Amino acid sequence: MAVRTPEASPGPEAAERGPGPVKVRLGVNGRERGIDIEPRVSLLEVLRAELDLTGAKRGCDQGTCGACTVWVDGRRVLACLTLAITCEGREVTTIEGLARPDGTGDGQLHPMQEEFIAQDAFQCGYCTPGQIMSAVGCVQEGHATDDAEIKEWMSGNICRCAAYPHIRAAIRAARDRV
Amino acid sequence: MSTSAEPSTSPIGRPLDRVDGRAKVTGAARYAAEVPLPDLTHAVLVGARVACGRITSIDASEAERQTGVLAVLTHENIGKIAGQPPLLPSLAGTVAPGETFFPMQSDQIHYAGQQVALVVAETYEQALHASRLVRVEYAEQPSVTVIDDARDQAYEPEAIFAGFIPGRAQRGDVAQALEQADVTVDNTFSYAANHHNPIEPSAATAWWEGDRLTLHDTTQGVTATQHTVAALLGIPHTRIRVVSHFTGGSFGAKAMIWHHPTLAALAARAVHRPVRLALTREQMFTGCGHREEQEHHLTLGADQRGRLTALRHHKLSLTSPFDHWAEPSLGVVGQMYACPHYEGAYHLIRANTMTPTFMRCPGEATGLFSLETSMDELAERLGLDPVELRLRNFAETDPASGKPWSSNGLEECYRRGAERIGWHRRAEPPARDGDWVIGLGMAASAYPVYGPNNPARARARVYADGTAVVQAAVTDIGTGVLTAMTQVAAEALCLPVERCRFEGGDTDLPHVAATVGSSGAGMVSAAVYAAATELRAQLVARAVADEGSPLHGADPDHVVVRDGRMMRGDAPDTGESYAELLRRNFLPDSEATGSWGPPPHDVPYAALTFGAQFAEVAVDPELGLVRVRRLAGAFAPGRVLNAKTARSQLMGGMIWGLSQALLEATHMEPNTGRWANASLGEYLVPVNADAPEVDVDFVDVEENLVNPLGVKGVGEVGQAGVAAAIANAIHHATGRRIRKMPITIEDLVVAPEA
Amino acid sequence: MRPVTYLLADDVEGAVRTVTADPDTHFLAGGTTEVDLLRQNVLTPHRLVDINRLPLTGIEALPDGGVRIGALARMSEVAEDRGVRERFPMISRALELGASAQLRHMASMGGNMMQKVRCGYYRDGESPCNKRLPGSGCAALTGVSRTHAVLGTSEHCIATHPSDVAVPLVALDARIHTRIHTRTGDGERDHAIGDFFLEPGDTPDREHPLAHGELITAIEVPGLPIARRSLYLKVRDRESYEFALVSVAAAVDMVDGVIGDVRLALGGVGTRPWRAIRAEEFLIGAPAIPENFEQAARIELSDARTTAMNAFKPELARRTLVRALETLTRDGSQR
Repeated sequence: MAVRTPEASPGPEAAERGPGPVKVRLGVNGRERGIDIEPRVSLLEVLRAELDLTGAKRGCDQGTCGACTVWVDGRRVLACLTLAITCEGREVTTIEGLARPDGTGDGQLHPMQEEFIAQDAFQCGYCTPGQIMSAVGCVQEGHATDDAEIKEWMSGNICRCAAYPHIRAAIRAARDRV
Repeated sequence: MSTSAEPSTSPIGRPLDRVDGRAKVTGAARYAAEVPLPDLTHAVLVGARVACGRITSIDASEAERQTGVLAVLTHENIGKIAGQPPLLPSLAGTVAPGETFFPMQSDQIHYAGQQVALVVAETYEQALHASRLVRVEYAEQPSVTVIDDARDQAYEPEAIFAGFIPGRAQRGDVAQALEQADVTVDNTFSYAANHHNPIEPSAATAWWEGDRLTLHDTTQGVTATQHTVAALLGIPHTRIRVVSHFTGGSFGAKAMIWHHPTLAALAARAVHRPVRLALTREQMFTGCGHREEQEHHLTLGADQRGRLTALRHHKLSLTSPFDHWAEPSLGVVGQMYACPHYEGAYHLIRANTMTPTFMRCPGEATGLFSLETSMDELAERLGLDPVELRLRNFAETDPASGKPWSSNGLEECYRRGAERIGWHRRAEPPARDGDWVIGLGMAASAYPVYGPNNPARARARVYADGTAVVQAAVTDIGTGVLTAMTQVAAEALCLPVERCRFEGGDTDLPHVAATVGSSGAGMVSAAVYAAATELRAQLVARAVADEGSPLHGADPDHVVVRDGRMMRGDAPDTGESYAELLRRNFLPDSEATGSWGPPPHDVPYAALTFGAQFAEVAVDPELGLVRVRRLAGAFAPGRVLNAKTARSQLMGGMIWGLSQALLEATHMEPNTGRWANASLGEYLVPVNADAPEVDVDFVDVEENLVNPLGVKGVGEVGQAGVAAAIANAIHHATGRRIRKMPITIEDLVVAPEA
Repeated sequence: MRPVTYLLADDVEGAVRTVTADPDTHFLAGGTTEVDLLRQNVLTPHRLVDINRLPLTGIEALPDGGVRIGALARMSEVAEDRGVRERFPMISRALELGASAQLRHMASMGGNMMQKVRCGYYRDGESPCNKRLPGSGCAALTGVSRTHAVLGTSEHCIATHPSDVAVPLVALDARIHTRIHTRTGDGERDHAIGDFFLEPGDTPDREHPLAHGELITAIEVPGLPIARRSLYLKVRDRESYEFALVSVAAAVDMVDGVIGDVRLALGGVGTRPWRAIRAEEFLIGAPAIPENFEQAARIELSDARTTAMNAFKPELARRTLVRALETLTRDGSQR
């Protein structure tokens, strides 16, 4: 479903918001969500604390690990360095909404999720939602043609358990299923 | 691919997909900082900015004025802990503080990053911002933070490691043997400090209901958290429930119990609301220990045929002001080869750091680098193939104790690893590929088999619907223990795995020690197997005694169970299922408990998990680049409970070895005593592009001694020796011996000193 | 992160005026520097003006063979742009070797030019740092300085300029277009990239010649045929997702074994993206042989000043420069 852009767009002076909580509408996993947040709050914190979508993980909060990877308007980005308020009018997709756009996903997995399980592409699982959101993005961008390319284009997601060879195997398998 | 039940085959060992896989790939898995709670508050810590001194003043007024701030706790108002429990390894199964010091009890600062204040606020952003506004003034004193600061202050401890390991060990007369040796190899090695950096930062969520405390903690052992927090707070451990369903990696960072769960509990008491306390990434460098900066001095003596006659291994490292801690780097080194004369000694320097701690492959990760690069040098000096040199020194029995090995398999590991990497390709001069020179190297691998000091317990229950649940208070930090235990339970209960569920991660469940030191699978499988076997026996006994059962009167020893159906061995058509038995007797379920261990201290065998590591590296000698192209390892870990998860653990360990060899170093800022690169941007761990294909092979050995299922563990041995194999491959490619970790660009670009 | 107010800008003039009027107001584009340093308490604006919806995203191939890159084009979009790939492979390559796929989707080209140094003493918000707090000193001089600069340093600052893509842009004489608001009204400016990145000197806090509120609108790269066969070589510890220890952007035109034209710039070693002018001057007209490459590299690095921890960098930079030149001239396929 379409998410409307913020209605207020007169001169910037008129539209100054914050620093206290302000009403923000976010389209997340196909649903429009209204929240009251301070402008300084990151998309990651909003997803986890306000919307109880804890699939996106806080690993560093400074753009160095990739555990918070989500999609904004279909592109993989880091939720920790994205202010939530800047996402008004954009479509946010998290791991919870990957299998089905409505975020329910009951029982159904995205092929990438299935292959991550089949290839044992994770151990502790903490970086996994970020890996999967990044992996699907990597395939969609056309950067998964061979292992060398997957290696480079998946290097923004650190897996400290070092499941990397299996992550590549899962991406190859999911890529070949599509 | 592997979940369909094959009733005739054993569930143990099968490459079953992880039972928690779905939760992890959908984001449904809840880690400690993700438990939803009403009225939750958020806490952020403030760390000391000096390494030694006193706090002269704390001004929290600006922080307290910020919107949403509920409390600023410092040593002036947080209250005293009840007492400091002793430092015991968490494998002991009782208290396990990371250091025998608790912060915020006085104005004294012992190390930079020491927690000096805790800000509690309505939201995370509010707490984080206010934490920056707590003004702490210090009277700074001179500090010691690197070995070079205080070599003259080194001392030889009686014992390290909570007194479990003597500070010095010897056999024979090493000095004389070295004097008489045909060849000696004598080198000093330096190893940077390392930090675990699991991607999940340590966190705890705490709340009180009256005098009862519930803690969700990121930990390798819920019982260790429970007992440690209880001792610090001075309340019975029975009033504390600790839950940890998912732990986002640990590698030792969460093996001991550090300060945050207790601080979260204190904060929750202060604000009368649930508190969530998560460390920032920077605080992960001063909140849960590290592998200490260290130097090794290792001397080998050998005869002309390459047989070792003497081995001397001294280690110098930094410990904290509180504890005699050194990772046990001298352990396996003294046991690896048949060498009659040995001397090992630890030397410590008290420094202004927190107490170092276990980090994956503790001790052996550094010790085996010293030994196995020295062995490579010895092979070179004698003109021997490195594999051949090791075969000549194969230890038929444990050289330290003289006892036979519980199982071995090392020679086969050498053969299989060599085959996997293509060791026969190792040529002089090394092969070239454009700007790259290709080197091959190898090293032996081994890791001790540890057992708990307390019994491991489990509970098994079969329901009248024919499903089973088996429980033990074990946490799955990514090892796959939940999956493996499901398989063990299914095997012992003779049920398909889909009808078994394993539950862990909760102190309300039967007690097991923390899963550390590669011991989890061995000790928990023993308890699970005991409980499930006992339950199966009980159900069979009930059936043969039950007049309503087709098995009535049968000899229980001749009843077999398959797929949850008990039947006469001689007449398989005669029988009934667990479910039928329970339903007929109006029983909702049936339950049994089981326990194992601890094994006696003086067993008549010695136990190590053996393996062999091989590495192929490409070195660009001009630009100083080293890229590992392939790793191959062969291991003999005894019984493998799940081939898939065990392979993953070994693979991960091997990449950890790569990481230690080439990337990981925490640099101390000598002027301030602070870690200078406390972020994942600057503390380098491998990314996908660094990780080569990894070949893992299992060597079967008959292991009947270390625990009932013969499980020796795979958590650490994958890492042991890898870094040495890589360094040896670099030497093969370049002729350079770099006796440090990590080996970085400047080591290869700068000309070797004459 | 301190509390901030937020404004969504819908026209360039308004955004420029709003920021110009208040020193505590910052532009917010991709956020990969701004949000990071806000959370670190290094940047402390009271107000953010979100410029992400301004129409500055185009990437346009110019008739002279050059390209005009909108300031809000994302790194990933520029890297993939066909015109950029064909005309300036060194730009595409530098972009793709920078940061990570996610960060490249976020970070804008204008923001890349404005990114802050990675020096740990700058980033920790409290160590002595003349860039963050003029006059407070430079902790890096006697501190952990393995990644710090060896060229263009001063006794007040040795922080390395972190950008990858700025290195080829410097080699290519790009121009930075801006909008500015002054008492006399709204206007446009145009900065030669060689004048855009300032060495620290006595004023390390002054990193570029922009007035507060002056907004980068576009980066223009003039046509340069030899750049069609150019490269960007990056040396670092980790294979990916790391800043350069040394990088080289290079383009060479060779006629009968003699260098006709050459563009060279170094990253990871300078306090600014380092145009290797002296090496270029030495090489033009010289035979394309290893001895000359080595001599050119020596000349360029002769003023390098090192610390104990980064003493390897000049040698590494020399070798990387030589490797880049050898690689470009190796196959002899040039005219």
